[in-house]
Amino acid sequence: MNFDFSDDLNQLREQARRFLKDQSPTKAVRAILEGQDTYDRALWKGMAELGWLGAAVPEAYGGAELGHEGLCVLAEEVGRAIAPVPFSSSVYLATEALLACGAESQRERWLPAMVKGSAIGCFALAEGLGNPAPGLVKARVENGRLTGDKWPVSDGDIADFAVVVAKDAGGTVGLYLAELNAGGVSRSTLKSVDPSRNQSRIRFDNAAVQPLGDGAQGWSAVERLLDRAAVLMAFEQVGGANASLDMAVAYANERFAFGRPIGSFQAIKHKLADVYIATELARSNSYYGAWALATDAPELALAAATARVAASDAFYLAAKENIQTHGGMGFTWEMDCHLFYRRSKLMAVQLGSNPYWKNRLVNLWDAQAA
Amino acid sequence: MDFNDTPEEAAFRAEARAFLDANATRKKPNEPAQRSRYNEGPEALAQSKAWQAKKAAAGFAGITWDPQWGGRGGTSIQQVIWNQEEANYNVPRGHFEIGLGMCIPTMMHYARPEQLKRYVGPALRGEEIWCQLFSEPSAGSDLAGLRTRAVRDGDDWVINGQKIWTSGAHYCDYGILITRTDPNAPKHAGLTMFFLDMKTPGVEVRRIKQISGTSNFNEVFFTNVRLPDSQRLGAVGGGWKVSLTTLMNERLAVGQAPGPDSADILQLVRGLTIDGEPALANAAVRDRLADWYVKTEGLKYTRFRSITALSRGQTPGPEASITKTVSATKLQEIASFGMDLLGQAGAIMEPDSIPAQGWFQEALLYAPGMRIAGGTDEILRNIIAERVLGMPADVRVDKDLPFSELPKGAAK
Repeated sequence: MNFDFSDDLNQLREQARRFLKDQSPTKAVRAILEGQDTYDRALWKGMAELGWLGAAVPEAYGGAELGHEGLCVLAEEVGRAIAPVPFSSSVYLATEALLACGAESQRERWLPAMVKGSAIGCFALAEGLGNPAPGLVKARVENGRLTGDKWPVSDGDIADFAVVVAKDAGGTVGLYLAELNAGGVSRSTLKSVDPSRNQSRIRFDNAAVQPLGDGAQGWSAVERLLDRAAVLMAFEQVGGANASLDMAVAYANERFAFGRPIGSFQAIKHKLADVYIATELARSNSYYGAWALATDAPELALAAATARVAASDAFYLAAKENIQTHGGMGFTWEMDCHLFYRRSKLMAVQLGSNPYWKNRLVNLWDAQAA
Repeated sequence: MDFNDTPEEAAFRAEARAFLDANATRKKPNEPAQRSRYNEGPEALAQSKAWQAKKAAAGFAGITWDPQWGGRGGTSIQQVIWNQEEANYNVPRGHFEIGLGMCIPTMMHYARPEQLKRYVGPALRGEEIWCQLFSEPSAGSDLAGLRTRAVRDGDDWVINGQKIWTSGAHYCDYGILITRTDPNAPKHAGLTMFFLDMKTPGVEVRRIKQISGTSNFNEVFFTNVRLPDSQRLGAVGGGWKVSLTTLMNERLAVGQAPGPDSADILQLVRGLTIDGEPALANAAVRDRLADWYVKTEGLKYTRFRSITALSRGQTPGPEASITKTVSATKLQEIASFGMDLLGQAGAIMEPDSIPAQGWFQEALLYAPGMRIAGGTDEILRNIIAERVLGMPADVRVDKDLPFSELPKGAAK
């Protein structure tokens, strides 16, 4: 049994944690949350220099070839720092889409630039309210031209291109590459609960697009992309949950009331023990997801749904109970608690909320246990 | 990451499997979990003893024990591998976990060499069974509040008092017993540990009937029980320290609460309908199923992480505390929901007319006990908060007061 990351990757984790502690303190998260900029450009550049943006990209495209286990380790640390960068959109979704479905020319066009940090990709699936479903895809591609209204698109204002889910003239779902600075594309920023991460509405009006690879891959290609991204997102969420828990424990140990640290009260202890349990179960499920992702196992879909459900619940639980542990100060703008609270709920709905993932989980489990 | 054994682990697994194949019947693939009622009969005890003797003779009983005590001198990971393999066979379970997991390891730390020579072998071979006489009516989670008195009388000690929740006392031959020897010292400082023959005059065992109708636990009464000082374990007044050795082993021994799990409730759901539709299509049902699956899988992979730590020669984390509290609570939820799914017939336990022969109903009745035995939900959360998260201990109003001056409350 070797159900842990290798020594090398645990070392990578330590380096990543130090780097992010230094380069992405909550002060930097606030700068994006409160300011005009859409992401932390200096941090993004630093991450590119460390090879993180191409962690799971083959060397042929300039990648670091750390593999997907390496990417999981980095994702956890990015989540711990709630880093204000388009890491999930560009690395877990756009890069993975190119690697999974892209034509060689498309990979050559985008991957080296993405690895260097000079190009950013995003993933445009949603068209308003609702969880991922083929029936909700109204965007149409005819004669190489895309028309549709995609929102929300995480990092849509930042990205140079989007991997767009759309239907062809025959109604088959496929993936398309759209350059976002081209004609027929208009973008507007959407207000969200977590302004430290960009959300955008992208309208395509007869915009020129290319099919990604063969084009009409069908809805299963979308599901597969979401599964892979879900494992990586789960690691980010586990990191965020751990950071929230650490913050709550630290505060409970130093805050005195009734003549003693509030952390000595069982009401606080038991609450945080429950957060710890949820976080550890999410971590363990995510490890299994990492194994399935790295080995491209047939169990990936079920493992991803399991990790995703556990991690979304754990991060939200940790973030909300962190605020309660802090008492009145917890809901002030000044304290950092709300940064994690905002991010936890944003991440819980990106890629589809838990009703979607639970539904998928039960379908897959029932099929597997048949 | 992988799920493979190292070559040494694989060799041990093959050896274990060869022994099990030769001496036991392998469960059929997908055979449902053990559903028979807890077997209290004498034939179950005899079968259990015979299996233990066979394991001991082949070196699979005391896997981590020193060879001088009949052990294999093996590693913790070998113990895990054995447990995994043994679980695939229909073999008797129970009876020995407390003695071999907690009492004898405590003896190894504190008993005299000639005593170990006398007691360890028979315990390992299943000839003699040991129990742990710790909890009392007024000392459960707060074990150090115990009141059973031991008073020195020449070379002997005279014991008076009562223990409770003693698993298996009714079939046990020996026990380790914690007593109060100095009521005027603060509560942790006035305790002393002994071991004794359960047939010593003055020892009376009464079985406790539980909600489920079974009787796994006992009350044990001590009336002027006379023990020689040679049966003392550790120093006079050092009983708390000795008990920590025992309880540390308890946390390693307490695992998953047995009973219907997520796979079993899925199985139940598949056979049912709600408003004429398959129950599996019901959104409320699916939501609960997903939550339990996530917990079951989470526990499984938490265990894998612990096994990995063991395999790398590290100490595993507080996995047992998580496992027990999550699985016991989940068991109670699954049992209750399984009954809800049966609608108006949910409370019926007739094995012939109720799915899973009434397993969910039975589990509902014993699940509350699983949330208490081996550490209550609350105690386990304290352990996680204090030992894992490093939160401060509760303020102890009784810590430095003489035991005799502590408020006792109305309850006996």
